Amino acid sequence: MLRLERLEIRQGAFRLSADVTVEPGRIVALLGPSGAGKSTLLDVIAGFLPPTSGRVLWNGTDLGPLAPGARPLSMLFQDNNLFPHLTAAQNVGLGLRPDLRLSTDQRGAVDAALARVGLEGLGARKPAELSGGQRGRVALARILLRGRPLMLLDEPFAALGPALKTEMLGLVRDLARETGATVLLVTHDPADARAIADETMLVADGIAHPPHPTAALLADPPAALRAYLG
Amino acid sequence: MLGLSLGTLAAVAWRAEGAATLGPADWAALRFTLTQALLSAALSVALAVPVARALARRQFPGRALLIALLGAPFILPVIVAVIGLLAVFGRSGLISQALAPLGLGPIDIYGLGGVVLAHVFFNLPLATRLILQGWLAIPAERFRLAASLCFSARDVARLLEWPMLRSVLPGAFLVIFLICTTSFAVALTLGGGPRATTVELAIYQAFRFEFDLGRAALLSLIQVALCAGAAALAFAVTVPGGFGAGLDRPLARRDAGGPGLRLLDGLWIGLAALFLLVPLGMIVARGLAGILDLPPSVWQAAGRSLAVALGSAALTLILALPMALAAVRLGGAPGAALQAAGLMTIAASPLVMGTGLFILLFPLADPVALALPLTALVNAAMSLPFALRALTPAVAEAEAGFGRLADSMGLRGTARLRLVLLPRLRRPIGFTLGLAAALSMGDLGVIALFADPDRATLPLQLYRLMAAYRMEAAAGAALLLLALSLGLFWIFDRGGRIHAQA
Repeated sequence: MLRLERLEIRQGAFRLSADVTVEPGRIVALLGPSGAGKSTLLDVIAGFLPPTSGRVLWNGTDLGPLAPGARPLSMLFQDNNLFPHLTAAQNVGLGLRPDLRLSTDQRGAVDAALARVGLEGLGARKPAELSGGQRGRVALARILLRGRPLMLLDEPFAALGPALKTEMLGLVRDLARETGATVLLVTHDPADARAIADETMLVADGIAHPPHPTAALLADPPAALRAYLG
Repeated sequence: MLGLSLGTLAAVAWRAEGAATLGPADWAALRFTLTQALLSAALSVALAVPVARALARRQFPGRALLIALLGAPFILPVIVAVIGLLAVFGRSGLISQALAPLGLGPIDIYGLGGVVLAHVFFNLPLATRLILQGWLAIPAERFRLAASLCFSARDVARLLEWPMLRSVLPGAFLVIFLICTTSFAVALTLGGGPRATTVELAIYQAFRFEFDLGRAALLSLIQVALCAGAAALAFAVTVPGGFGAGLDRPLARRDAGGPGLRLLDGLWIGLAALFLLVPLGMIVARGLAGILDLPPSVWQAAGRSLAVALGSAALTLILALPMALAAVRLGGAPGAALQAAGLMTIAASPLVMGTGLFILLFPLADPVALALPLTALVNAAMSLPFALRALTPAVAEAEAGFGRLADSMGLRGTARLRLVLLPRLRRPIGFTLGLAAALSMGDLGVIALFADPDRATLPLQLYRLMAAYRMEAAAGAALLLLALSLGLFWIFDRGGRIHAQA
């Protein structure tokens, strides 16, 4: 269970507050206008940015003292999710051992993860030799292998076409269901939320609102969401 | 690093205390240093303006190559250039030979003339690059606007070019002035005597011939004050960035279309190219004859020089990489301070450092036996500013692009260095190693203080051949040194480029 406890984030004129609980195993979309603080909220949860006040708790444990790599979560950024000088297999292998000294079993696990995301036999390729969708799949294979219970997705598929994006979101949903992971997905597109999110959090006007079931929220949007959807 | 700069300085200051006051020869050295540096900087900058203007507004085949060649003197060993210049401007050089049938005596360039000539040879290309950068920094839209308003070349000069030059020239002048105040090898080979001795050369003479450590130390302090003064001025007037890329974009200029201006620009470019290329061509032409029967001592010196150059390159990287990493990690004011500390050695003098090291080491060990390692160390210190300038932005870029990903993977310490930073930094590391190796390979400075005949490097051996008037062998050795310096740079720089991922 992810708990954002009286979280306050202030950066100059920007401010965002959140007091929110996300149930385990849920896929939650963070929807709202750009500049509202969706990505900033993810950065605070991931540990790249300290909150001004308040705490981030996972199953009751304060994540505050933990470095980004030590938190029980994996994150996909908008870009630069792969090291361009490492092969796909090496990029995935980082999820098991950051120093890449992998045992034979671990190499097998890397191959299996690549096969699971549909990239069997492509482990030796470098990111430049893969398509945009395939790069996303490599990053998802790494998340699968890391096996952290929380996945943070900061619009990682925004650069893909609509069909490919739907396909990748479907893969995210399948992987989350298989591993029981909780997912937070930043998006500005209500269609993304409708496609995979059980619940949706509206982030607008300096507040990250508690999650609501996506279908109900989009069917009868509150004023702030209506203003955003237009 | 600070220890090396300031520690040697402290040793020098401590030693200088007991020394006598400055004699007339020392004042003469100070005067000569300032005079030649002022003249060299003024001439380099003044000549560079028309050359840079011509390069900025003309397009011709070989333009990119010529601009690339303007970077070459930076890694050209001073002593090799001196031999090339003597082959053109010396008593038996091309110009003297051409004048002889006219009954005009051979020209003599030893003294102030030769020192300034050599400095202009080295710094005209640097000044041209700095000023060309200023020209290309003027947005193309300004020239388009000028064309639409029917500006003449004179209007463009007054309204666009002069304001740019006013901001670029002081920095370029001071950088070259600074470089020329620490001139040693040029003064050693083309100067000398009471009328043409720089402070650096006076340190060497006090140290080597009179073994008057107190006087050498006092002169070192003068040298440091001189450099610090010039460096402080240079910081005050914002020195231009230097060895930047993107210099081969020509401007579409409609104001400079007249045949007169075309001829003028062609003349400037042609003269500059001849001035730079003929001496280099002479080194190759004369060296080819001598390179096959070089005395074995030259080959042994070449071997020692290679070892020193490789050691110095490794040392430069070992010093520069942690500094660049720390500067980026600290960020803000502390990071900038760290970088400034590294850049400080640009104003330091190798002979001052050498004198200080000698004073520090003398009670502990025999500095002569350590001549080669000390040379490698001082060379590394001198390469450090350029290494930092190449590495720090690349580290910052790698961290900006992949730092968060590495953090989220828990990549730290050596794994982060091995898997993320080193692969991302291949190009600047290759460039740094190449530059440091080439600079060390061609350096004739601190080695002259310490070395005995058994420990001469190739530049020192070359100087000895020149001093013994064995010009045939000297020309061969010069070609060998040129090939080794450029070869080392090329191999390392290339090694950093091939298979590097974008």
